[in-house]
Amino acid sequence: MSKLEKILYGNRLKPILFLVGLILILPLVVKSPYIFTILILIGIYSIVSLGLCLLIGYAGQISLGHAAFFGIGAYTSGVLTTSFELSPWIALTIGMVTTFFIAYIIGIPILKLKGHFLALATLGINIIFYILILGLNQLTGGAAGLIGIPSLSLFGVPLTDKLFFYFFVWTAAVLVLLLSLNIVRSHVGRVLRSIHDSEIATETLGVKVENYKVAIFALSAAFASLAGSMYAHYITFVAPPTFYITKSILFLIMVMVGGASSVWGAILGTTVIMFLNEIIRFVGHTYFGISGEVEIVVYGLIIILIMMFLPKGLIHVISKPIQKLKPKKKVSVKAHKDMISQKGV
Amino acid sequence: MELLMQYIVTGLTVGSIYALLAIGFVTIYNITGILNFAQGEFAMIGALTCITFANAGLPISASIILAILISATIGLIVERTAIRHARNTTVIILIIITIGVSTFLKGMGLIIWGTNPKQLAPLIKMEPIHFMGAVINPQSIFIFIVLLILLAVLYVFFEKTYIGSALRACEKNPRAAKLMGINTSTMSALAFTLAAALGAIAGILITPITDATYEMGFLIGVKGFVGMVIGGMHSIPGAVAGALIVGLLETFSGGFISTFYSDAITFLVLILVLFFKPNGIFARASGERV
Repeated sequence: MSKLEKILYGNRLKPILFLVGLILILPLVVKSPYIFTILILIGIYSIVSLGLCLLIGYAGQISLGHAAFFGIGAYTSGVLTTSFELSPWIALTIGMVTTFFIAYIIGIPILKLKGHFLALATLGINIIFYILILGLNQLTGGAAGLIGIPSLSLFGVPLTDKLFFYFFVWTAAVLVLLLSLNIVRSHVGRVLRSIHDSEIATETLGVKVENYKVAIFALSAAFASLAGSMYAHYITFVAPPTFYITKSILFLIMVMVGGASSVWGAILGTTVIMFLNEIIRFVGHTYFGISGEVEIVVYGLIIILIMMFLPKGLIHVISKPIQKLKPKKKVSVKAHKDMISQKGV
Repeated sequence: MELLMQYIVTGLTVGSIYALLAIGFVTIYNITGILNFAQGEFAMIGALTCITFANAGLPISASIILAILISATIGLIVERTAIRHARNTTVIILIIITIGVSTFLKGMGLIIWGTNPKQLAPLIKMEPIHFMGAVINPQSIFIFIVLLILLAVLYVFFEKTYIGSALRACEKNPRAAKLMGINTSTMSALAFTLAAALGAIAGILITPITDATYEMGFLIGVKGFVGMVIGGMHSIPGAVAGALIVGLLETFSGGFISTFYSDAITFLVLILVLFFKPNGIFARASGERV
């Protein structure tokens, strides 16, 4: 069984240990607080893209509205901790639970739609959410945003220190990653993949496809909400533009650049896009003097090229040579040769 | 009564703009099966290139024609480079590619024209007309007339010309069309070119009323998309009707409920239509979209 699992899903211990090692070593190497902020944001966005990856790569359903769920988390945390002075941890949990239920209720009708129409409907939800947070200005602060969101503290230790927050975010990200890996390996993951390949075939096998689709949609929304709460407590300020469709598209690009067919792709894609973002901004602003969101040109170009030539994403490029290095392959080649020689070909 | 008339006029003006984009959506969707999320960006390109030429001193008619030609060429280039290679992949990849094209074109718009809104002088210089208590901007009438003329031209093109028939054959059954010797790849390129040109016309027409920025494309593109979905995917008249409904919905909800929430109401209606009438409010049932 374990051998079969290894072939089916690959070895998961080594990549996880590698990631954890990387997370532990990076603070020793990185001294610049600027890069540290980026690393924290990568952790936060990775949580969103992991959920989105389960939805897109495994269940085969698209969402152009995850910035809305990210925003629900951020605003629930923001409003509950500033106006109602609740504990950030309770606010974060309430945010996740609320988002899960909102996404579940929205998901039941919406996930009956397919492809383009699902994309349009989720996009509509994002736009409605954006207008609502602008409009409900007594609660959300409107266009000016919410300020003075308190920082998190854990066991009496305030996480205002970047190092603490970094470890906190990445612990959460690794936990979400482990949960995602387990989902992928469980029967749920197999059902999701079969939905991805053919919904009709899955349904004829007696699986209630809608339930799975809605559940994974709600779960990925809850991940986004968790990330949103962390974002709110880290930046301590939220404003509507952060939660517009452009952000949803950015999440989508992160997942697709990394490769939606693997949960590792989500983290890789997020990292690549975040660093790229900073490089482009730096180059664009210092050398060309362009203001505004210049990075979108590069995003657009990259996502077109990746979709055209590497539809499986960057993770495919990385994982392929690693698998080739493994001696296991040689054995199978040898076995194959033996088989051929036995047949006398 | 006057107010009602005013809302109808404004709604039809905005709706006509969405209708031009919706026609582009329908043409591309029926011929290639792709919903082009970049459609709105052609409106942006059309509007901003037209302004650039007009500011450079060219007469307005020449600027308009050049802008339409440039947008159509970009539409063709987009189809030949990005879309053509991926035509046989999954819907999700196609959606993401067109979103990528949209993002890319928007970014190019930002780099070329910057963030400041640009203005275009009214295309028709006339005093506003008073009709049944409503004040009608001549520009609105002009937009509506252009829409009617284009619909007539498109009707003749699709029904009476050889290429039009070939395009319709691709809509009805791409495989059979291919077997009859129609080059479906060329038809797909033609559809994108046509849709880009229509998008550019929409962009140029709306600019004297609202000003043009690099960001203008996405939302009006999506509204055209909404119009098409509400009207049904498979016919140009349905899409035009749907787009006009979206325009009216927007002005009426803006007038009677709140201008602030009018976009939210439009999308709420869209989602309700998708739930209850997924084939559009004019179409008969067929189970493709749910």
